[in-house]
Amino acid sequence: MKKNWWKILGAILVLYSTIAGLLLGVPRLPILHESIRNLYFHVPMWFAMIVMFSISIFYSVKSLSTQSQDDDLRAVESVNVGVLFGILGLLTGMIWAKFAWGEFWSFDPKQNFSAISMLLYFAYLVLRNAIDEEQKRAKISAIYNIFAFPMMIVLIFVLPRLKDSLHPGNGGNPGFNMYDLDSRMRMVFYPACLGWILIGYWVYTIRYRISALVYKQQ
Amino acid sequence: MQLAKQVKQLIKKEMILEWRNKYALNGVLLYVVSTVFVCYLSFISMPNKLTWNALFWIIMLFASINAVAKSFLQESKGRHLYIFTLVSPIALIIAKTIYNSVLMIGLTLIALLFYCMVFEPTVEIDIPMYLLAAALGSLSFATIFTMVSAIASKAGNGGMLMAILSFPVIIPVLIVLIKLAKNAIDGLDRSVSLDDIGLLLVINAMVMGVSLILFPYLWRD
Repeated sequence: MKKNWWKILGAILVLYSTIAGLLLGVPRLPILHESIRNLYFHVPMWFAMIVMFSISIFYSVKSLSTQSQDDDLRAVESVNVGVLFGILGLLTGMIWAKFAWGEFWSFDPKQNFSAISMLLYFAYLVLRNAIDEEQKRAKISAIYNIFAFPMMIVLIFVLPRLKDSLHPGNGGNPGFNMYDLDSRMRMVFYPACLGWILIGYWVYTIRYRISALVYKQQ
Repeated sequence: MQLAKQVKQLIKKEMILEWRNKYALNGVLLYVVSTVFVCYLSFISMPNKLTWNALFWIIMLFASINAVAKSFLQESKGRHLYIFTLVSPIALIIAKTIYNSVLMIGLTLIALLFYCMVFEPTVEIDIPMYLLAAALGSLSFATIFTMVSAIASKAGNGGMLMAILSFPVIIPVLIVLIKLAKNAIDGLDRSVSLDDIGLLLVINAMVMGVSLILFPYLWRD
């Protein structure tokens, strides 16, 4: 129980944010109306993804210096979970876009750039598949990860600010203030982010343990 | 200084090798000429300046991938080992990047000349600015593709992997570059594009820095 309290906390937070997100009141904003509730589901996905990719780059850098297979496993499993959250983020965004903007994919810059960041990490996974030898694979994928991570940061944070976008809260800021978050929304939003990050981390630890066991069996 | 001497020797070696068989030069020139010719057959004339710009950069993108991919992929194992014993990895990556940049800038200028002969650019084009955009673009392509080619060469079946790895990484550069080129074509005031030029230079510097740090790890094989 002592070691796993955070897992239960994550589960409770996600459950709370889902129920409260759909039931509690939200401010009335033009165009958005009730669909602002998407904020509780869509944005935490991206935060969880960023956290996962930060973990992966930490372990990639570590695996370059320690050459241990363990660090490499951690790096790749966190990329796997990060990619999952990225895809979920894109999907939740697309469903919301259908209601708010009229179509699933309106070639909004932020949408495009997040899709391209997903491509970056898909390329990472393809690269890993292309190399058979373990040590070499660990080293080369770590190098590509370190190369790709700043590119992703540039794509998701820097470039959208330079262009106009349909996303609420764009045309300048990265986004939260202009959502007109009032304290009701904050009460659900912050727990949602924390909850999803914890759940993502939990999935990552499980995947890591499985792959470590598989590796030991070989 | 030891490093500078090594870099100079390596660049000289690449240039001599290239001049002897002119493999990359001829290959890429042929590619550019044939693509422009095919476009000429389909478009006949191109009144739309957006299309003009887009087409030029598509051609240059694939030409650069072809040209720079050869830089690491054509080295045989034996030669690789030989160079490994002689020079420091940093000298090698600097030399390859400089050589590829010079090659790419030269190829871009020739390609641009040929392209302008076939499809007239618009009247209000700001020529020095467009040349600057082309030079910066080919420089960025060279630095990024050199590093990606180094990674792909270690992985085995290089060619396709090179394309898969390089495509997402080159997208931000392409976006800024096309915006800059479009500003030049519209004949806008130069101060409008300063941000984009700065951003391109920063991306180049970042990629170069990361390559310098990471290449020695890649090299030890």
